[in-house]
Amino acid sequence: MSSRNGAIIEVTGLTKRYGEVLAVDDISFDVIEGEVFGFLGPNGAGKTTTINMLTGLGRLDRGTVRIGGIECTQNPKAAQHLLGIVPDESNLYPELTGFENLSFCGALYGMRRSEREGRARDLLKVFGLTDAADRKFETYSKGMKRKLTFAAGIVHEPPILFLDEPTTRIDVASARQVRQIVSDLHRQGVTIFFTTHYIEEAERLCERIAFIVNGRIVKAERTSDLLQPVKGRNVLLLSVSGFGDDLRDAMTAAFPAYLFESVGRGQIRVESTDTINVAPLTRFLDERGIQVAEARRHLPSLEDIFVEVTGIEADLMKRDKERAGGGRGANS
Amino acid sequence: MRRWIAFWNIFMKDVRTYYLKPPNISWGIIFPLAWTGMFFIRAGRGLESVPDLLPGVMTIAILFGTTSVLAVTVTFEKRQRSFDRLLLAPICLEVLMLAKTGGAVLFGIVNPLVPILIASFLADLSGVAWSLVVPAMLLIAIVSTFLGLFIAVSVSQVFEAQTFSNFFRFPMIFLCGLFLPIMDLPAYIRPLSYVLPLTYGVDILHGAVRGANIMPFAMDFAILGAFCLGLFSLSLRNINRKWIV
Repeated sequence: MSSRNGAIIEVTGLTKRYGEVLAVDDISFDVIEGEVFGFLGPNGAGKTTTINMLTGLGRLDRGTVRIGGIECTQNPKAAQHLLGIVPDESNLYPELTGFENLSFCGALYGMRRSEREGRARDLLKVFGLTDAADRKFETYSKGMKRKLTFAAGIVHEPPILFLDEPTTRIDVASARQVRQIVSDLHRQGVTIFFTTHYIEEAERLCERIAFIVNGRIVKAERTSDLLQPVKGRNVLLLSVSGFGDDLRDAMTAAFPAYLFESVGRGQIRVESTDTINVAPLTRFLDERGIQVAEARRHLPSLEDIFVEVTGIEADLMKRDKERAGGGRGANS
Repeated sequence: MRRWIAFWNIFMKDVRTYYLKPPNISWGIIFPLAWTGMFFIRAGRGLESVPDLLPGVMTIAILFGTTSVLAVTVTFEKRQRSFDRLLLAPICLEVLMLAKTGGAVLFGIVNPLVPILIASFLADLSGVAWSLVVPAMLLIAIVSTFLGLFIAVSVSQVFEAQTFSNFFRFPMIFLCGLFLPIMDLPAYIRPLSYVLPLTYGVDILHGAVRGANIMPFAMDFAILGAFCLGLFSLSLRNINRKWIV
């Protein structure tokens, strides 16, 4: 099914403008068959607009899209039978039960009654919703709604799955279950196009990641390659009663192997490729009358790369998204 | 076959889910029933006037029934984004919209059976040309549905769809010859009647019930058919333009 270098999704020069706003600006990327491809960016970066154009819910202004070898630039409907889509909001039918919703979604893809009803029962079991199968969707909790929406996206067993923020605004247990199912689908060979604002989640699940900011892809690499620059880097965060330029200069002179940086009120970030010894540092500060409230080791991660590449604080992005959704995120 | 499975399930879901929604009950069932009662009881010309009123009452029942259902099945689903699910399915837009409008057409065909049933107890309907009434009802239901679709696609809230529908529904009651013959309208208003699709459906019904049509049946059917195609194409174009952005 794949073509260019094993790519199942080939996007070239994709561009979308809404009036004066350039939502997606000439982006190109491939998604390799069977991989989990992460698409990361802050709110309004162009993630959902891109998904809409790839799935046929949005029109391209410029560029080409090939999915499963099918040219769908002119006819977005041509490849829709290959796609499963889990949108960022639960959009099933409130008046239908969980079972009826899944069966109906199977019917949209032409599945026969016995086939789709069997599949619906299986999926309800996989997602732990069997007891709620005959309850109307409108009575489901947020987590249950999200899980059923996920199940509806895979009821027809698509080879390509678009997951738009699948763990946003759901409880910790449901989020863990969703991540487990993503891993299982990946093992089964499903190609997954994954957007999330939880960077640690992307780091855990995705084989390749593209960062999109202001409609442009600023970096797209294998996750392991992205993490290369932070490998072997040690970071220590010190909470202190005061920290100024003078003190930083003094510490740099005393500990030339370490890099000191102020990160917010009363926080010192100490970075080094060597092991960082805490005791000499606290002693040095203590001798100058500065109290150390906490010393915490920080494991450099994809989040640091994201901040470095995009200039956006990952925490800020997460809070924005959760505030927009009016709920608490879950990522553990 | 796959397309037929999708079509049938969309159609049946709408029938099961939306027929008894409050806006359909009030605008699609209670309101036409009230009009039927009002016209038949308060016409003031005795029971012999029932055949005169029947075409108009049937048309009201179809018009209000179909446009009410569309406001719910299309506008409501678009509002809560479940319509996106249909747009993302591998079904061509024409088939999808025929499935979505099918439920409204059926609702529109069943609705006028109430005034017909009531009229059959009050007056002699043996002279009615049912072979003309049935296709006319079907075409009026289709054209009203597509008119409702055109409105439903143009707005974003169910109440907006109902309100905008009234801008079309009420003038058509007076302009399309439902109760007031077109020839009795002031000459400067009459051209307006001829650009409204219901005029042609009502004309067939007047002809079929009491032989009082003012245009040839073939012409009425042809123009109604053209309106159906035109409104459907216009609605599809609007969906493509507005909803697949």
